[in-house]
Amino acid sequence: MANEVCFSTIHLDEPWALSTYQSAGGYEVWKRVLKNKTSPDEIIGELKTSALRGRGGAGFPTGLKWSFMPRNTPGQKYIVCNSDEGEPGTCKDRDILRYNPHALIEGMAIAGYTIGASVGYNYMRGEFFEPYDRFEAALEEAYQAGLLGKNVLKSGVDFDLHSHIGAGAYICGEETALLESLEGKKGQPRFKPPFPASYGLFGRPTTINNTETLASVPYILANGGKWFLELGRPNNGGPKLFSVSGHINKPGNYEVPMGTSFANLLEMAGGVWKGRKLKAVIPGGSSTPVLPADIAMDMDMDYDSIAKAGSMLGAGSVIIMDESTCMVKALARLAYFYYEESCGQCTPCREGTGWLSRVVNRIENGKGKQEDLDLLVDVARKIGGRTICGLGDAAAMPVMSFIQHYRDEFQYHIDHKRCMV
Amino acid sequence: MKTTVLEKSAVDNSSKDNQTLISAERYVAIDKWIAKYLPENRQAAVIPALHIVQEGNGGHLTVALMDELAQYLKMPEIAVYEVASFYSMFEHKPVGRHKISICTNISCLLRGSEELVDHLKKKFGISLGETTSDGKFTIKEVECLGACVGAPMCLIGRDYHEHLTPEKIDAILENLE
Repeated sequence: MANEVCFSTIHLDEPWALSTYQSAGGYEVWKRVLKNKTSPDEIIGELKTSALRGRGGAGFPTGLKWSFMPRNTPGQKYIVCNSDEGEPGTCKDRDILRYNPHALIEGMAIAGYTIGASVGYNYMRGEFFEPYDRFEAALEEAYQAGLLGKNVLKSGVDFDLHSHIGAGAYICGEETALLESLEGKKGQPRFKPPFPASYGLFGRPTTINNTETLASVPYILANGGKWFLELGRPNNGGPKLFSVSGHINKPGNYEVPMGTSFANLLEMAGGVWKGRKLKAVIPGGSSTPVLPADIAMDMDMDYDSIAKAGSMLGAGSVIIMDESTCMVKALARLAYFYYEESCGQCTPCREGTGWLSRVVNRIENGKGKQEDLDLLVDVARKIGGRTICGLGDAAAMPVMSFIQHYRDEFQYHIDHKRCMV
Repeated sequence: MKTTVLEKSAVDNSSKDNQTLISAERYVAIDKWIAKYLPENRQAAVIPALHIVQEGNGGHLTVALMDELAQYLKMPEIAVYEVASFYSMFEHKPVGRHKISICTNISCLLRGSEELVDHLKKKFGISLGETTSDGKFTIKEVECLGACVGAPMCLIGRDYHEHLTPEKIDAILENLE
């Protein structure tokens, strides 16, 4: 499809191969940058024009992030890619690694050049064996073609890129936990400031971007920031990969322009399964507030529109729930997830996620007490904003939103010791 | 399932040096990871190295193996234990030849992961986190593995299996030795 970026070559044979990527213009930007010694400011300016925002969930403007790097300070600097995809509902980076690994490599090389980093690491979650193999094979092809390494294409520019793997920990998707993990430690987030741009990997200035963000960079520089911006909406440039999962006829990753209506996306994915009615949507991954069907059906899929609807675009992970879904049970599963994945560093999160999980679980199992609903909201409020990283807020938000929109279902569970759906 | 470390290391056919628990071949693989970082950052290789060591030991780690790795990476032993106990892919007791890591998180739950878990528990007569008495299968509940559009799914060995049904998983398991 004409509007695709990261998936623009996915319909070709062996889209992961260097030859395929190059047949679609791949690595031309990297070569041009090396030949013309394009100024980093020009590249950052183009990214700012594009309104590319971080695709990992935070939505931070990429051009601005790159501009924070002290690129002229001496010593080693790093570019790190966050491919530690693990937010429930999210599975788009896996497909970029499997089907378009060279776009990520080119994006990382350009990023390294721009921020003054001669070394990059792509941190992939440990369970991603197949994506890791694809990425490794692509790296080898790129090295053999002389596109990476020392003095790339006789430009005088060095750029080495390596894979790194995790071993199962959601928290490592948090950028400073990822850095700790990459350094060979437990993945516990760091206090900020200092931010990674001043104190990052191995204590050196580091920029960390999501897979989809970095893989979008070559396309933006090939076609111009304005082109990318106009594919989406002001302040919400480009298309975005949406992982549509749950009670849907055609679950899948759909790359559609920012600002596409949710109703359109739902239709693209074949509509709600089994001819059932839509009940609720989690629009951006398990951490983002749940929205009832009527609100979701009026919403557009971009950062600002989803925020206006009361939730967040997050990583574009759209979880569809039909009318048969028990919201208490759904929340019980999410609450358990945050309890299980809390790194244990901050007391409000370590203890609070346990409370949330146990209390939702007892309501689900017909042992809830009347005071439990207020207790849940109270615990959630006491976690949010009181932890080193965002996992605390991520655990609190589903609880608050599920109770806000489906309080009657929780009440029914407490009153009747069973589910109303 | 009461195999000792030394017996287990025989799983790794490439073990040439009787003085180390980790085989020479696996040290070569570990060295490839170490080469990715500056010499003073050798410790950065610990997670990939633990994967390599665990695989060579039939799927789980022992204190003796972690101690040997700590020495090799020039890390305090406790620092290796910390890492090995923090991440969910590392096992500290023996597991079956095939570890079935089944996701039960939201997208998989909505698509029937409970039915799958019940099916496997009944089929093997074991609970989640346990291993069949013949040492062939372990079933383990895991958090989101990032394949939500293929829900319900599981990881067996290095492979993701998606859009699962009880029948489909039976067919997959039948083909495993």
